[in-house]
Amino acid sequence: MSSPLDRAWTLTPSVAIRPETFGGLAYNFSNRKMVFLKRPKLVEVVRLLDRHPDARSALRAAGVPTCDHVAYGRAVEQLASSDMIRLRRQV
Amino acid sequence: MSVDHTAAPALPAAPLSLVEHFERGLGAPVCLTWELTYACNLSCAHCLSSSGRRDPRELSTRQCEDLIDEFQRMQVFYVNIGGGEPTVRRDFWHLLRYAVSHQVGVKFSTNGVRLTPERARELAGDSYDGYVDVQVSLDGATEEVNDYVRGPGSYRTATTALANLRDAGFSDAKLSVVCTRHNIEQLDELKALADRFNATLRLTRLRPSGRGADVWDDLHPLPDQQRGLYDWLMRHGDEVLTGDSFFHLSAYGESLPGLNLCGAGRVVCLIDPVGDVYACPFAIHDEFLAGNVVERGFEAVWRRSPLFERLRAPQSAGACATCSFFDSCRGGCMAAKFFTGLPLDGPDPECVQGHGRQSLIEGGRDRPAPSQDHSRPAKRAEPILLTLSRRSSPRSTPAAGPQQELPTQPSAPPVSACNQNPLADHHPAYVDRLDSAWSTSERKKAAENGHP
Ligand code: SF4
Ligand code: SF4
Repeated sequence: MSSPLDRAWTLTPSVAIRPETFGGLAYNFSNRKMVFLKRPKLVEVVRLLDRHPDARSALRAAGVPTCDHVAYGRAVEQLASSDMIRLRRQV
Repeated sequence: MSVDHTAAPALPAAPLSLVEHFERGLGAPVCLTWELTYACNLSCAHCLSSSGRRDPRELSTRQCEDLIDEFQRMQVFYVNIGGGEPTVRRDFWHLLRYAVSHQVGVKFSTNGVRLTPERARELAGDSYDGYVDVQVSLDGATEEVNDYVRGPGSYRTATTALANLRDAGFSDAKLSVVCTRHNIEQLDELKALADRFNATLRLTRLRPSGRGADVWDDLHPLPDQQRGLYDWLMRHGDEVLTGDSFFHLSAYGESLPGLNLCGAGRVVCLIDPVGDVYACPFAIHDEFLAGNVVERGFEAVWRRSPLFERLRAPQSAGACATCSFFDSCRGGCMAAKFFTGLPLDGPDPECVQGHGRQSLIEGGRDRPAPSQDHSRPAKRAEPILLTLSRRSSPRSTPAAGPQQELPTQPSAPPVSACNQNPLADHHPAYVDRLDSAWSTSERKKAAENGHP
């Protein structure tokens, strides 16, 4: 299975993000789940996902150092598992 | 709250843990309770808001809509609507739709009185699209135990409402129980009852707030029952919701799922029917009144009220400072201490180490006078707590007797999922999960997977 970083993602339509000092809070109105994004950079990454062909390039665009990519990949997976983000169909 | 401990890579320590951020307060509350009315068709003996009669100064429909607009601007993603009985407000269903169409989700608490089959179908239908959650209050698995505190007929009303929701296909309603000396022996039955209605069981702590102050001595679980509750929650914690109810029990050993801190004025607050903002739903008292939304707007009260600023400043641990369980228990519930007349920086009245009981006995009790009461005088003349037969009374333990059994102390202090700073330890995670009722099953799994 390829890394979540190699895939294209989009914010789930029923999800909103509220910035906080520690990062941000994501809420999915449909499944009523709340998630804490514990880095401001992660909030930036999530907002950038839509505009990039894969998560890795969103990380680069947000300036996340390469040594942190694995941890961010894990975060992307977690966000997907609570349906905060979804795989984007390639066009 | 859940912390995923399975993420492996080590990362540089972050300056503050999530809990520390919570303690300093967030831009908007995470758990906002909005009591729409003090009017109620019931007169539960332990009502935390002393409800009964409508307050003539109750917010108008227009003022409620303005408040919802403000929630939307502040991105308060959802509110817990309660009362009184919120559904007796004539504009209740209108406000529900208004909130949903303004990106504010709602979980409303009800005794079930207006949840007809038609309403249940409406709630289960597409128009609310998951934005609305329903929580039905029931304080016993049997009519006898429930009606003892909630009044005659209330068991039937609640179970009928739950059946209506189930039959309409409403998914995952909540069955909400305040744990008392009498129903705590019924946890398995309550769980079975919730299952029967395709609902999730939610257990909360009886706090000595509102009318609860008058009955707390007689109703709060006895020490051995608390222990039983803790053990039950260790077994079933991932199947039930508990909010921030039982973190004081974490001093028995391991911390429980749920929020492990007092969020009052930090991530939690209450807006009452006249627009007064209090630090927490269980702290309706002048002492914890931060301001009024009509006068100042909610955002200003939340962000800048002197009371909330004080609650977000570092707090002294007082007599708890030397306790080896302070990291997980944090001295327990502020409201429980206040309304039993205990110092706010000391142990919780139900401190499982027995220190709270000691202070209650030694210090005498100087309980604060309530600063408001909307109870219906007529109903209070027919007290509810009279009809429970001996059969249902708890294992007999003298309520004011000495501490019965000191729990065995584990060799190491417990580790709370929240305090185990997920950014600073060896198991960092960038994401913490929390469902709208403060609990997920993830933490338990993390614990099983070798919680450090
Ligand atoms: S005062 Fe008690 S009920 Fe209120 S937020 Fe604190 S712990 Fe929870
Ligand atoms: S002494 Fe304080 S911190 Fe220790 S268990 Fe009791 S209430 Fe909790």
